[in-house]
Amino acid sequence: MAETMELVPDATDPKTYYLNMGPQHPSTHGVLRIRLHLEGERILGADPIIGYGHRAHEKMAENRDYLQFLPNSSRVDYLSGMIYNLAYCQAIEHAIELDVPERAEVIRIICGELNRISSHLLWLGTFVLDLGGFTPFLYGFDDREKILDILDSITGSRLTYCYGRFGGVTMDVDDEFLRRTSDFCDYFKRRLGEFDELVTDNVIYQQRTKDVGVISSDLIQDYALSGPVLRAAGVAHDVRKTEPYGGYDRFDFDVPVGQRGGDCFDRHTVRMEEMRQSLRIIDQALACLPDGPIMAAKVPKRIRPPAGDHYFAVESARGHFGMFITSDGTDIPVRHKLRTPSFVNVSTMPVVLPGTMLADTVAILGSIDIVVPEIDR
Amino acid sequence: MTDFPQIFGGHWPGVLAATVAIMGFITVNALMLIWLERKVSARIQRRYGPTEVGPFGLLQTLMDVVKLIGKELVTPDHVHRPLYLIAPVLVFAPLLALLSLIPIDEGWIFHDYDIALVLLLAFSSLNIIGIFAAGWGSNNKYALLGAVRAVAQNISYEIPLLLAVIPIVIMTRSLSLHEIASAQAAYPFILVQPLAAIIYFIAGTAETNRAPFDIPEAESELVAGFHTEYSGMRFGVFFLAEFTHMVIICSVATILFLGGWHGPLLPGWLWFFLKVYGLILVMMWFRWTFPRLRFDQLMSFAWMILVPLALVNLLVTTVVLKL
Repeated sequence: MAETMELVPDATDPKTYYLNMGPQHPSTHGVLRIRLHLEGERILGADPIIGYGHRAHEKMAENRDYLQFLPNSSRVDYLSGMIYNLAYCQAIEHAIELDVPERAEVIRIICGELNRISSHLLWLGTFVLDLGGFTPFLYGFDDREKILDILDSITGSRLTYCYGRFGGVTMDVDDEFLRRTSDFCDYFKRRLGEFDELVTDNVIYQQRTKDVGVISSDLIQDYALSGPVLRAAGVAHDVRKTEPYGGYDRFDFDVPVGQRGGDCFDRHTVRMEEMRQSLRIIDQALACLPDGPIMAAKVPKRIRPPAGDHYFAVESARGHFGMFITSDGTDIPVRHKLRTPSFVNVSTMPVVLPGTMLADTVAILGSIDIVVPEIDR
Repeated sequence: MTDFPQIFGGHWPGVLAATVAIMGFITVNALMLIWLERKVSARIQRRYGPTEVGPFGLLQTLMDVVKLIGKELVTPDHVHRPLYLIAPVLVFAPLLALLSLIPIDEGWIFHDYDIALVLLLAFSSLNIIGIFAAGWGSNNKYALLGAVRAVAQNISYEIPLLLAVIPIVIMTRSLSLHEIASAQAAYPFILVQPLAAIIYFIAGTAETNRAPFDIPEAESELVAGFHTEYSGMRFGVFFLAEFTHMVIICSVATILFLGGWHGPLLPGWLWFFLKVYGLILVMMWFRWTFPRLRFDQLMSFAWMILVPLALVNLLVTTVVLKL
């Protein structure tokens, strides 16, 4: 109960007050609650209070077999569901040492990168919306819609995909898909320039983001942050590069890093550049898509990973997404731990927020790109 | 020239008619502006905006008003009732008085006061009392924060606004809006006072609490700022006040800097409204393009940039006129 005691407001100081931001608030991106201790507009303390979107995914994994958990995987983070769905497949394939045909691997990469772009687009839109700019939000959603349409055509769903299977993917891609994807790439390269003009070069936008919410590399080491937040601080770490999985080592792409020490503007530029790099990867993947099967020839009927611990990590749109599976050799995991980047990233808020203004809270919170159900799982 | 008591005592049917006319104008104007705002934002954002009710969705806001009027007026338990209830009136009433000061065409004015400009600036700062009453009376932290921001912002931006207006007064040696507009028959004052015009327009946008200066109601930070606890037609009155305020700021800008009703070919009143709605379109364009400034940046922008610039402009104007 010690923690609850700390949450009781300090009523002795008449100059300060507490403000509950959330769980119902326009800018907490879902049901996150932040208890702010304020003096005027200045923040003295901030406690993120999580758990409002808890759906017990980890517990669900422990009472059903591996295949039955598959549809859950994309619900963990609904904004980059494809990456999470494929990551789960890859984790199981890694555990049972199942090889995936090359064509399936490349298709997975195309879909994963498309999903990464759509996730970043939604981030860009909602972030500028947090800062009070309405229009980029709709522009972002417009382009994201195109990606959803493309993914819809092969997966049948638009948000929570269940496209991966242990050993491959469910449906093969057709020429129509390839044409639409390459059309989108050409179109989106131009579009990114427009976003730069509308958002990145905007003076007010730069004022609101530059030198705001600096998350330095020291802090990052203490908290084990990952993803664009880490790269914005100047550390060129990307799971796709450092521990390549699923065939990413075949592709040529750069890991963008921030130049300003990890402020909100860095996190913006890193994500913008990541979208460009994703386009590069998709372009290469489209050019080298091999023929062949999309499912492994021999997939065991019952998935029984060898007894012991298995860990597999991917680079999701938000950072290092890891799955820690403890198996006792049966077809039901003993423990399935999901290491979600949003949870780790939001845990720095008590350190980063104090000293900033109330308006910076939404900027910083928006810039680390949290997905609340992914925090709560 | 008739004086104040004479107007209210002597010609009260005229006063009544004018008041009704102004109320009618405010309502229709706000309805159309809200429709226009939705259409403009839709065009900027590559959407259609309202299309269903009436031609081009023109009657959409009328239906919205019907809905707002039909809503139950909820008064939360924790509010300070007198302040909470009077706040929408306090916000709206001064703006009503202001419209009677605006000359629309040569001689088309409710009453040509000698000190119209002073009255206008005084009345337009009155509505901040209503905003603060709303924030304070709501007894809600978000509303209070919004109200505090609104007061600080309005007081700060009043100063550059005044400083931008003074050069015009010095040039025309008049505080009457009608005379100021008449003095621009040859050329609009924006040609000789471009800096003052820009400062006036920026400060005026801030006075109306519209984006990028909408921090008192900053939706993404303060939910809805000072009117968080208001619903139904009480909220509608705040909305009405915002759009009326826009018209007033743009009307004054038109009179002071764009030459009022002067213009070739078209009749004067048409020119006047064209200029006013042109400026309103620019304000809408601001709102749908820019992100919001932060509170401290907003204040330093007023005190560090606008006020010094306006002072320099005033100084240069006086020196040039003296020479």
